[in-house]
Amino acid sequence: MSSRIGVVTFPGSLDDRDAIRAVTLAGAEAVSLWHADATLQGVDAVVLPGGFSYGDYLRCGAIARFAPVMEPLIKAARDGMPVLGICNGFQILCESHLLPGALTRNDHLHFICRDQRLQITNTTSAWTSNFDMNQEIVVPLKNGEGGFVADERTLDQLEGEGRVIARYLEVNPNGSRRDIAGICNEAGNVVGLMPHPEHAVEALTGPTVDGLGFFTSVLKSLVDNGKVLA
Amino acid sequence: MAIVVVDVALKPEILDPQGRAVQGALGRLGLHGVTDVRQGKQFVLTIDGEVTADKLDEIKKIAETLLSNPVIEDFTVEVKA
Amino acid sequence: MSIDNVASAKANSNIEQPFAALGLKPDEYERIKEILGRRPTSSELAMYSVMWSEHCSYKSSKVHLRQFGSKVPANDSMLVGIGENAGVVDIGDGWAVTFKVESHNHPSYVEPYQGAATGVGGIVRDIISMGARPVAVMDPLRFGAPDHPDTRRVVNGIVAGIGGYGNCLGLPNIGGELIFDPSYQGNPLVNALCVGTMKHEDIHLAKASGVGNAVILYGARTGGDGIGGVSVLASETFDADGPAKRPSVQVGDPFMEKLLIECTLEVLHAGLVEGIQDLGGAGISCATSELASNGEGGMHVWLDRVLLRDSTLSPEEILMSESQERMCAVVEPNKVDAFLDVCRKWDIEAVVIGEVNSSGRLTVDWHGEQIVDVPPRSVAHDGPVYERPLARPTWMDARQADAPTPERLARPTTAAQVRETLLLMVAAPNLASKTWVTSQYDRYVRGNTVLAQPEDSGMIRVDEVTGRGIAVSTDCNARFAALDPYRGAQLAFAESYRNVAITGARPLAVTNCLNFGSPEDAGVMWQFEQAVTGLADACLDMGTPVTGGNVSFYNQTGDVAIHPTPVIGVLGVIGDVANRTGMEWKTAGESIYVLGVTRDELAGSEWAHEIHGHLGGLPPVLDLNVEKALAEVLIQGSQDGVLSAAHDVADGGLAQAFIEMALRADRGATISIPANIDPFVFMWSESASRAVVVVPEHHEQALASLCSGHGVVATRVGSVDDSSELIFSGVYGESVKATIDELRSTSEAVLPALFG
Repeated sequence: MSSRIGVVTFPGSLDDRDAIRAVTLAGAEAVSLWHADATLQGVDAVVLPGGFSYGDYLRCGAIARFAPVMEPLIKAARDGMPVLGICNGFQILCESHLLPGALTRNDHLHFICRDQRLQITNTTSAWTSNFDMNQEIVVPLKNGEGGFVADERTLDQLEGEGRVIARYLEVNPNGSRRDIAGICNEAGNVVGLMPHPEHAVEALTGPTVDGLGFFTSVLKSLVDNGKVLA
Repeated sequence: MAIVVVDVALKPEILDPQGRAVQGALGRLGLHGVTDVRQGKQFVLTIDGEVTADKLDEIKKIAETLLSNPVIEDFTVEVKA
Repeated sequence: MSIDNVASAKANSNIEQPFAALGLKPDEYERIKEILGRRPTSSELAMYSVMWSEHCSYKSSKVHLRQFGSKVPANDSMLVGIGENAGVVDIGDGWAVTFKVESHNHPSYVEPYQGAATGVGGIVRDIISMGARPVAVMDPLRFGAPDHPDTRRVVNGIVAGIGGYGNCLGLPNIGGELIFDPSYQGNPLVNALCVGTMKHEDIHLAKASGVGNAVILYGARTGGDGIGGVSVLASETFDADGPAKRPSVQVGDPFMEKLLIECTLEVLHAGLVEGIQDLGGAGISCATSELASNGEGGMHVWLDRVLLRDSTLSPEEILMSESQERMCAVVEPNKVDAFLDVCRKWDIEAVVIGEVNSSGRLTVDWHGEQIVDVPPRSVAHDGPVYERPLARPTWMDARQADAPTPERLARPTTAAQVRETLLLMVAAPNLASKTWVTSQYDRYVRGNTVLAQPEDSGMIRVDEVTGRGIAVSTDCNARFAALDPYRGAQLAFAESYRNVAITGARPLAVTNCLNFGSPEDAGVMWQFEQAVTGLADACLDMGTPVTGGNVSFYNQTGDVAIHPTPVIGVLGVIGDVANRTGMEWKTAGESIYVLGVTRDELAGSEWAHEIHGHLGGLPPVLDLNVEKALAEVLIQGSQDGVLSAAHDVADGGLAQAFIEMALRADRGATISIPANIDPFVFMWSESASRAVVVVPEHHEQALASLCSGHGVVATRVGSVDDSSELIFSGVYGESVKATIDELRSTSEAVLPALFG
């Protein structure tokens, strides 16, 4: 039986199709989840995709955080279910307090879309276990409000506990503190990532296929944790 | 030292998508009876010295040309302390 | 205050009406009275005035645009022709594609951010209303002089507006143009293109058929946005001082538009819709009159049912409002509930505002009083048609005689001067890296972008199983059109056609956005007629029909019109996007060829413009047979895997083409300038119908036979290497070198320094 990975569509989600494609290419069964349904349909893991949920009009992710689907999702995440929030999904995870910190307007004030070099700095989280430590990858980045901020204590704690999962290399594209591109929670099952691995899964359309690693990682950890048969 | 607060909001006749999105969320979270939400911006200017009439005129000029876009926005200027 | 209704219009026939303030001419007003057999009510006057404006009725351009319908090449891919919201072409495997480009020029000067944003929103709704899913956007942009103090405001606002709206909508932005010329000072051109895909069975048209069917207005509420904006904004020229009047500006809500896309596609696919129309310029007036006149009967509308954002709006204002993100659908009565359920799912407000009937009339009630009773065709299609006077401007002779000869414009004559020119040209705002703009747009969303800027065309994968895809390019060198509008339009088309063929896609259909000055100026009207004729002739010759387009007149300040700017979009199809040819030369040792012939053609070139500020002479010659042969080589070469890279030669000539390929690849090359041509001409001439192609050694023979088979001249000029330098040898006895780093830093610094 292959793993079933849910992809939530909120009003204004844009990269949900891309996340579904990435999950499928990684070898899992993708399950579409609807924001207004308070059920996860028994999936093994969830991706919160990129986009502009509710137009990002109040604060990014602030309105989506209260969607009915988030109630079972927050509970499942606290119980250890792997959850990956990409871009807007990362913002929703921060607004839900599943991850610390917040995402703020890019320091240069422009939306930016570029092929971004990253360094993977954690290989134990549910979504990064298939990478090598300090492996360099290139995936697209696109955001208007992607600057990760947190107080100094939290930043020290994230670094001290190895919870920074990826850092920007060469260029810090949005003013993120300490070049942080992604983080995970204490248990390592919830990951927030500002760049878009789901746009780097096919040589034809992406700068690389480096993004696949996040999705194959979760399949591996589901098997390792006995959630799914190999 | 004086504080001058400039509030900028979309003109009433201009569509405010942000306000509408927030209004929708209020209903879903159980706060009913809110018939409209308008979202604006507030600028708090700390002024060195006294805010004279001339100074206030200058600030109003800036509010009109820089802080707001008179094509779509209104502003108010208020001197606080 | 009582409402002016049909009964009182019949009773008091001779009151004075403000038709002139609404932009109607006295004879147009008389014609309305003739059609109705009485004076119009104020609501009818509002409807006629917006629908008969230049922008909605094409009254000055119609007589010329007919050529696109009469000079149609034999091409069986056309599924829906001109006249609908957008044309539709068959691309095979059961897929159809619709694409269109529209202008939003004047609104984008008044309020750059919202003007550009709502321009994107409008063209996207045109595409949805054909039943297609929008899959990509492109934006040809033209601004005034880069160093003019107002250009910064306009550039920043427009680029942010396009990004702000398009990014939030989830459509990849895959290309466009970015051009600066003092001709556009005060009249920036914001043209927005959208392309959508659908299965053949999903094609929908804007018509109201079926007596008893409901007319549903859904989407955003109606407010006082841009009341009369279309007719007033699009028909008035600005004073030299800038926008003195502050017209009511439309504000876009991309989040609502995203919901509208998903909701509309869901009701269409569920088979709940008989006819559909978007609301753009002229709002409800346009949607109801067009739907009714394209159907076979009539329509009745209860205007007081329209959901309002501002309850103080009068019926005239509601009819004219241009509030964004609204659509109108015709739905069978037993499907209305299902339709409204889908709207609710997407949090979209919807209301039945009318009903299709057999009256043959469009009637509108306001709280029980009849305020409109008109034949719908008279509003939507039978507007005035003008044969405006046209005359070749007297200054054309002097302009064409002022050729950029070596005596007239100093040319570099030593290697040192060539290197100096090379670096100046790399830093020309029209040639410099566009990354500062394109990095503000999302090109990845939806995961089907195969090629995007700076490639010659944008390319989108349509079918993820078969790999079938499309390529789209837009082009126009308006300086060529200023020198000769007939040939200029053909050159714009040829360049766009070539850019599509270069990627390996076969050109299939053409759209256009014709940006000109005032049609009341006989010289401008002559330019327009020449450009339309040139384009129609070329399309007939090349076998690519015009499937739709847009005309924007009155782009002028005082007496000074913009350069005639016929922006031409070409769409092509490729069987498998995996075969596409990109511009990046990837492998050292591969040979570089120039296809086509380079002549001493510098009139209207970027060199003449940037270095000398000169515009004179005759534009490059164009032989469409040569263009077609070149395209065959490029398409065949891509299919057969002969070409490893290809790039168009246009603005900035061969020098620019080589530089762009080197920068894309981050890899150097050595170019040996052929002995039989002047090095300066070789580098910066803008002769038409040329491309640079790169081939591995084992394919050189195949390229040679492909070229000789089609009669295309191929000249080997050098090879790609592992160096980080671009070297031109044979430059007046010496070599000119530039490092990739030097070229890149120069090219990429230009736009941030001006606008960042």
